[in-house]
Amino acid sequence: MTKIRLLVGTKKGAFVLNSDAARQQWQVNGPFFAGWEVYHMKASPVDPNRIYASQSSAWFGQVIQRSDNGGKTWNTPGSAPEDLKGPEGFPRGESNKFVYSGTVGTHKWYDGTQHPWEFKRVWHLEPSLTDPNVAYAGVEDAAIFKTADGGRTWTELPGLRAARGELWQPGAGGMGAHTILLDPQHAGRMYVAISAAGVFRTDDDGVTWKPINRGLKSQFELPDPDAQVGHCVHRIAQHRSRPDVLFMQKHWDVMRTDDAGENWTEVSGNLPSDFGFPIDVHAHEPNTVYVVPIKSDSEHYPPEGKLRVYRSRVGGNEWEPLTKGLPQSNCFVNVLRDAMSVDSLDPCGIYFGTTGGQVYGSADGGDSWTAIVRDLPAVYSVEAHVVP
Amino acid sequence: MIRVVLPFHLRTLAGVSGEIAVEATPPLTLRRVLDALEAKHPVLRGTIREHGTLKRRSLVRFFVCKEDWSERSPDALLPDEIVRGTEPLLIIGAMAGG
Repeated sequence: MTKIRLLVGTKKGAFVLNSDAARQQWQVNGPFFAGWEVYHMKASPVDPNRIYASQSSAWFGQVIQRSDNGGKTWNTPGSAPEDLKGPEGFPRGESNKFVYSGTVGTHKWYDGTQHPWEFKRVWHLEPSLTDPNVAYAGVEDAAIFKTADGGRTWTELPGLRAARGELWQPGAGGMGAHTILLDPQHAGRMYVAISAAGVFRTDDDGVTWKPINRGLKSQFELPDPDAQVGHCVHRIAQHRSRPDVLFMQKHWDVMRTDDAGENWTEVSGNLPSDFGFPIDVHAHEPNTVYVVPIKSDSEHYPPEGKLRVYRSRVGGNEWEPLTKGLPQSNCFVNVLRDAMSVDSLDPCGIYFGTTGGQVYGSADGGDSWTAIVRDLPAVYSVEAHVVP
Repeated sequence: MIRVVLPFHLRTLAGVSGEIAVEATPPLTLRRVLDALEAKHPVLRGTIREHGTLKRRSLVRFFVCKEDWSERSPDALLPDEIVRGTEPLLIIGAMAGG
């Protein structure tokens, strides 16, 4: 029987929410990794029971956890099941070793001076489309790492930081590589988005990267209208059937490219605010896009205290508010960049989590919403997976 | 046998409850005790000291016999109370909100 699994990362642990295909009744499991921040969890597309999780703490650093049974149990990864526990029953994994390759180098600091790269945490995990032992990690300070042994060891792909990394600078939330998109049609192509550096593309499986930010305007942060890097991109999304079309929620502005990032155009249209964090695409309609407008970069809550998802059915510019089941007064939560996800059922399900601890779900493409759970810690990330 | 007390987050990560007993090679220093601790519990590598540099993470503190040893040299000799196991080495997370 088909099931839906939501992987929810929060400020104080991880939760796994399960439902059948009707998506009306949910079972909440957790917290896992209680007390730790869980920035992101994601399952392998070829084995949805293989889940990678980023567990971190400002005090105690970064740990990668892995589940091979759909989130029931977790281990710091070893190379084989018999390696997961030592003879005394203690975890043996060393999955927390993220070390930059070669000379560490410097990037631009808040005050414009140069500052050494310092690893802080993994923001985003992106498992391979074909191999459950391969995954990518987007980290703060911004870089991309790859594992080919199921998360046991991680190696930087240093070509990304060679793409004008000395000019990247942290956004208010840090300098994180927060989005990784793997192109399902063009072998070796992937995209990374970084705050506040921009979007980068590789066509050779991560060896070399180039900035693809033409058309982005950040006049308040970047006086140079042709700046190649330094843009505060909050999130990018694509549809698998049309990977050259990308949608972007930037610090301000919702953007679209039709040529794999070579040129971007603004599609904010009639949104009440074009500031926000998440953006996602309907599973079966490549032109149907979702955003959650936020009032401003200083006021991280919905305009007018009304929590509204906006949907465009025409690829941007024309947006409609989706409000049924969402609070329409006195709502002052935020929705973070990794906290929205769609499932692949028909009709498409869409989910998002808030900094107030609510996880909302819609089983009808956004027409109506219900609170799956209301009182979790602040939600950092939501990923939806269909489990056959 | 050296007694080590970990903070909550690291106890859950290491899969232990209560104190940990570790054996380290004399002369006993913080560095040697931490080396022994990480050898017994590899999952703790990088959580108390940074990978590579082995510098103490900035929000981790070491308490020895009611004194803060966080800023002392990792090669300073530990007192007899720690060596004999009458006092534990306390590894704690700094009080810093969260």
